[in-house]
Amino acid sequence: MTNLAQSLSTSRKSYWKANLAITLKLLIVWFFVSFGCGIIFKEYLDQFSIGGAPLGFWMAQQGSIICFVLLLLIYSILMNKLDEKYGYGEESE
Amino acid sequence: MDQTIWNFIFIGITFALYIGIAIKSRAGSTKEYYTAGGSVSPFANGMATAADWMSAATFISMAGGIAAAGYGASKFLMGWTGGFVLLTTLMVPYLRKFGKATVPDFVGDRYYSNGARLVAVICAIFICMTYIMGQMRGVGIVFSRLFDIEIWMGVLIGGGIVFFYAGLGGMKGITYTQVAQYCVMVFAYTIPVIFISMIITGNVIPQLGLIGNYVKEGSENAQPLIQKINQISTDLGFKEYTAGTGNTLDLFCITAALMVGTAGLPHVIVRFFTVKSVKAVRKSAFWTLSFIAIIYLTAPALGMFARTNFIEEINEKKYQNAPDWFKNWEDQGMIAWVDKNQDGVMQYRAGNVFAGKPAFDDSTKRENGPRAVINEIDSSENEVYYDKDIIVLANPEMAGLPKWVIALVMAGCVAAALSTAAGLLLVLSTSISHDLMKKIIKPDISDKQEIRYARIASFGALVIAAYFGINPPSSFVAKTVAFAFGLAASSFFPTLIMGIFSKRMNKQGAIAGMISGIGFTLSYIIYFQFLTESKNYFLGISPEGIGFLGMIINFVVAFIVSSITPPPPQEVQDMVEEIRIPQGTGKATH
Repeated sequence: MTNLAQSLSTSRKSYWKANLAITLKLLIVWFFVSFGCGIIFKEYLDQFSIGGAPLGFWMAQQGSIICFVLLLLIYSILMNKLDEKYGYGEESE
Repeated sequence: MDQTIWNFIFIGITFALYIGIAIKSRAGSTKEYYTAGGSVSPFANGMATAADWMSAATFISMAGGIAAAGYGASKFLMGWTGGFVLLTTLMVPYLRKFGKATVPDFVGDRYYSNGARLVAVICAIFICMTYIMGQMRGVGIVFSRLFDIEIWMGVLIGGGIVFFYAGLGGMKGITYTQVAQYCVMVFAYTIPVIFISMIITGNVIPQLGLIGNYVKEGSENAQPLIQKINQISTDLGFKEYTAGTGNTLDLFCITAALMVGTAGLPHVIVRFFTVKSVKAVRKSAFWTLSFIAIIYLTAPALGMFARTNFIEEINEKKYQNAPDWFKNWEDQGMIAWVDKNQDGVMQYRAGNVFAGKPAFDDSTKRENGPRAVINEIDSSENEVYYDKDIIVLANPEMAGLPKWVIALVMAGCVAAALSTAAGLLLVLSTSISHDLMKKIIKPDISDKQEIRYARIASFGALVIAAYFGINPPSSFVAKTVAFAFGLAASSFFPTLIMGIFSKRMNKQGAIAGMISGIGFTLSYIIYFQFLTESKNYFLGISPEGIGFLGMIINFVVAFIVSSITPPPPQEVQDMVEEIRIPQGTGKATH
């Protein structure tokens, strides 16, 4: 393998690793706000209230959805940054 | 002006719009037919995907389901939105980079096997077919209400229109009509709720209703709406609106199955093949979920408003003084009242009025009395039956909104059904023309012939869907949701994920995984939905949630089988490397 090819393949590997790290972190949040707050800890969170609504109930019906939208926004921003860092980002849409 | 005239105006204008767009953006090549040429903007694709995703069932039934079940309906809210996080972070950017036109295409190439491709084609056809029947039925019901025609005629009109623009226009045609349909849907869904929100909470933003105050009885008596609704629910013998369901594991599994099912639905995945690059896919996914969230954040508020309105307008009121809408929907058979204690007053309580759906005895003409039902009467105190689908359809009437709003809601229902049906029809027709004919049976057909096969296939699929839309096997359509999501969750989702994230996964593992995942899920659903009345579910998991277990089985079997069989060839492993790098996305090809 030439030096160039070797450095290309290491760069690809570290890009993929960074990509997986971002994905994993976002999916942990995804799991926490929906299955966590909305289902598993729902009863516990219900003792707190947001505008008169029990928090666990509200997370299950609206809060989690708002978080999902934000997660996709963050995903798009972080991944585009990562692409640029590794030089994969010049493409226009 | 008469209601029927308003209906004609709204339906007429929207149809003219859809057909006009379809004619302008007719597909010429297979590339345009399958992926709209790969040049749709992320924003437009976001709207189109949102319309594609939100079906007649979401539009008509979801808010009613929430009004009836309260917290218990959260599984739909979280499941049908959370799936987009999985779809975006784990699937579509990589599948778009791969650059083929269909999902079975990826399965066939990644697992270097026409056997795997065939299994994928069969899954795609089965998922889309079950789903599209429900849409045809929905169109039929709305048309029959609107124009006072038979349901079969409504189904045929709807089918004809879908064939016209999906069959002829392909992906390019449906993309831009779906954009228009999303706009119709979002206005139709939110405008009535804005009016109602102003009456009940005094706030123009209906989504804030969950954390708003109930101010209908003057601002000095204001209290949080959610407390008000919990209180009237328990007063009437219901459990609290916000109370848990009692079976957390089942709720967990159903939510998970809906999420992974969403991420594995082929008609949603292919929508992301129409944008230019991986970067555009990510952006488009964000727009998609934003557009969906506008409606999904409104739905729980609408459910609460409707439940409050319904109870206030009906409960403890004399039947003679019942509002017009009550009697109109009673005429349609969606509402029934049985005066169990003979006091002439309607008592709405927890429990069933009678067994099953109302069967009316119309031998005696009713003058001022209610329609008599011949069902076996239940011993509960509840006297008022209503079909939860009327929550969205009748809500404008309940709140006394103008007639044009009611016509707008009807146009929204039709848009929701048509946009989803068109997306499904496209996947069905390309599965047959591209994956089955071109890739497996007759590889030497030309572009033109391929499109011709696609059009013939969409016609055939519509005929079958229309038949089942007109003659639904008893309560079949409702049960098919479990099928479609369970199948997508236990087949496509794990197979695609492993194809992207594991280089070691080979064809033996993938095929064994798909077959055991689907086999388990299908037999569980068929057994409990069709073969037995028993509800002795495994660990209490209902058929709607079993796709989640099916998915786990698929993963486990695939990993075990692949670890004892040879790894995939080098060029396949190189291909997996390639799809992980976003650079150099070509136009989607076929």
